[in-house]
Amino acid sequence: MKVLGLIFAGGRGENLGLLTTKRASAALPVAGKYRMIDFTMSNMVASDIRRVGVLTQYSPRSLIDHLGSGKEWDLDRKHGGLALLQPYMAINNKYWYRGTGDAIHQNMTFLRRSDEDYVLMASGDHIYSFNYSDMFNYHFSKGADVTFLYKELDDTYNLSEYGQIETDEDGRVIQFVEKPSENVSNKAFLGIYFLNKHLLMDLLYNTIPQSEGYDILLDVLIPNLNKLRFYAYKFDGYWRNTKKGVDEYFKINMDLLNDEIRKQLFYTGNTVHTKLKDLPSPKCTGTAHVENSIVSDGCIISGRVINSIVSRGVQIKAGAVVENSIIMQDTVIEEGAHVKYSIFDKECNIRTEKRLIGRKDDLLVFEKGSVI
Amino acid sequence: MQSSIVAMVLAGGQGTRLGVLTDDIAKPAVPFGGKYRIIDFALSNCVNSGIYKVGVLTQYKPHKLNAHIGIGRPWDLDRKGGGVTVLQPYTYESGKAWFKGTADALYENLDYLDKTNPKYVLVLSGDHIYGMDYMDMLTFHISKHAKASCACMNVPLNETYRFGIMVTDISKRIVEFQEKPQHAKSTLASLGIYIFNWDYLREALIQDAKDESSSHDFGKDIIPKMVEDKDDLYAFEYEGYWRDVGTIYSYWESNLELIQSIPQLNLYNDSWRFYTRTEEMPPAFFGKESVCTNSLVSEGCEIHGVLNKSILFQGVQVGKGSIIKDSIILTGVKIGDGVEISNAVIAENSEIGSGTRIGVGDFAENEENPGVYNSQISVIGYNTNIPENAIIGKNCVIHSDVNQDSTDNWHVQSGRCIR
Repeated sequence: MKVLGLIFAGGRGENLGLLTTKRASAALPVAGKYRMIDFTMSNMVASDIRRVGVLTQYSPRSLIDHLGSGKEWDLDRKHGGLALLQPYMAINNKYWYRGTGDAIHQNMTFLRRSDEDYVLMASGDHIYSFNYSDMFNYHFSKGADVTFLYKELDDTYNLSEYGQIETDEDGRVIQFVEKPSENVSNKAFLGIYFLNKHLLMDLLYNTIPQSEGYDILLDVLIPNLNKLRFYAYKFDGYWRNTKKGVDEYFKINMDLLNDEIRKQLFYTGNTVHTKLKDLPSPKCTGTAHVENSIVSDGCIISGRVINSIVSRGVQIKAGAVVENSIIMQDTVIEEGAHVKYSIFDKECNIRTEKRLIGRKDDLLVFEKGSVI
Repeated sequence: MQSSIVAMVLAGGQGTRLGVLTDDIAKPAVPFGGKYRIIDFALSNCVNSGIYKVGVLTQYKPHKLNAHIGIGRPWDLDRKGGGVTVLQPYTYESGKAWFKGTADALYENLDYLDKTNPKYVLVLSGDHIYGMDYMDMLTFHISKHAKASCACMNVPLNETYRFGIMVTDISKRIVEFQEKPQHAKSTLASLGIYIFNWDYLREALIQDAKDESSSHDFGKDIIPKMVEDKDDLYAFEYEGYWRDVGTIYSYWESNLELIQSIPQLNLYNDSWRFYTRTEEMPPAFFGKESVCTNSLVSEGCEIHGVLNKSILFQGVQVGKGSIIKDSIILTGVKIGDGVEISNAVIAENSEIGSGTRIGVGDFAENEENPGVYNSQISVIGYNTNIPENAIIGKNCVIHSDVNQDSTDNWHVQSGRCIR
């Protein structure tokens, strides 16, 4: 059995504000050296998926630069490999991708020409470590037509922001409700689907050309909930969706300071691949103090760093204090500056003695290249 | 210009004075500077100089080196034309096998060089740490109409006895060569980096192979003969960082130099990046109780103890209450809680049990090999397993694969060795 991977990476993630003015949410830097899409890409290659299509639309430059030829994921292949699927113009097509279903429908040739018989669809802006093979086995053992991945959410999630499913005793999906005002279940659908490719193509051919809506889930799949056998496979590990907003993005990064979560994402699960930068190991100088933090390659730390995530190539100079913050690539925090509860995008420069103090419930966010 | 030159990197040496560090691997494969291996510097210099035809000559325990180089992808040396070629010793009808010396290694690969058909051949050692633009040297070579050029560096007069010393005339032509002289006539030391015109070198290698009295070595035979024959050999003066980390002490010292606030070897230069092949690991994590000053801490490290003046390679774990100073800890070492380590080099994948102390007591001469182990530094070999609450003195050696059953007495006095 061969599986084709499709990753939705075309959305901006409007709730992310300044962080996604110039990049898609899938390209958002996370955990010091990674971008969001690395997790789904790495999960796919670890699950023996050898052909991956990435659907892009919103501001894709940084995403495309990051993915390159796919060689970091071993996806620079003669057969299969990485395909970047961008919206295009043609004689019979003058639309952007109008939704996830439309995006796939516009790339029907890619599906038709690939020799895989199954499709795994996933979102590019989720963080989790999972070998999808378990889900494939479940799909076949249940004789399912479509299998969803779900997670039982605890109260650290705002359940009403997630699509919810109800299943019968066998695991078959009997109801799906998108972001209900009143919760029907704590089983949240994770936006990850597995189904036969030819079934998917049939469904798309039969709906998209006549449809008013273009969403793969709501307009293509769910209308067939009673006709086809939908099953749901439970995921127990750490999973978060960065699209939910800046607070969620901040929480995801801070979660990585937790030993258990870090272990699960990086050490016990799949290797997470990302674009290499060939920077030297980070250096702590004589005045450095680093506590409960992640520090990436190429950094030079002379100040105090506490409860923070520091990306590659960052300089934190003597006397500067960084607390509970996310510092993205190549940002410089000058002498004596004090920052707290802040997110600095790439290449910011925080001048000497500047004080930028946010609050946990009121984070400060600074755009790429800000000089403060 | 770059496509007319091929680099031959000599990477077959054992590096005996690095002791247990080269037990299982050739010297060029010895880890350096947090994430690199020594050969990365020569290979990176080649590609940064625009040289994309590189032959790597291996002999001594090449497995790690071969795996590291692979098809050369980290250095952009996976090329359709040229790229990196690993050249290992081979047999032929008469049964001849090993490379007898550095010159013989090239002579045995005349086929490779003939096929590449360069105009110039750059001969390098894979043992040295430096960043050098070989194109500057080639420009010099061409401008002097030289048959060969040798890169040299001025060294302090009291260190000349360790080097091959070049005596030049005013035009930088080499007129005399002194091998490790007691009374040096110049302070220009050869760095073991040569550029030859290929047609000239080809003839010299063939002549040298026929000479039964020759040891078939560039430094000992080819270069002295050129000087003797008054051939056009010029000294290219290099000013910059260059280290031959030939001894345990210099290995330890050169690593620790990287933690200076502005180290001489610049690893941060965007236009002269050093490339390597590493495991993919998440960034370093510093726990709530970690204290880290004057240190390099690589990806995959999890630090819960105290570090000062130390270099930690990838994936090192340091438990709570442990104190590490003035030490080099190589990839994948696991250090328990309450461990004290000072002045030590700990090789890959070793495990140090909780409560162990390394580098205590007074200096004592090494019982096994005082020529190699002659400083305060204790060396722990590859894949060792040191039990809890062990005490290891100064200038000690714990050989690779030693485990807790290797000795009954884990109070290892200074200068002792455990096999």
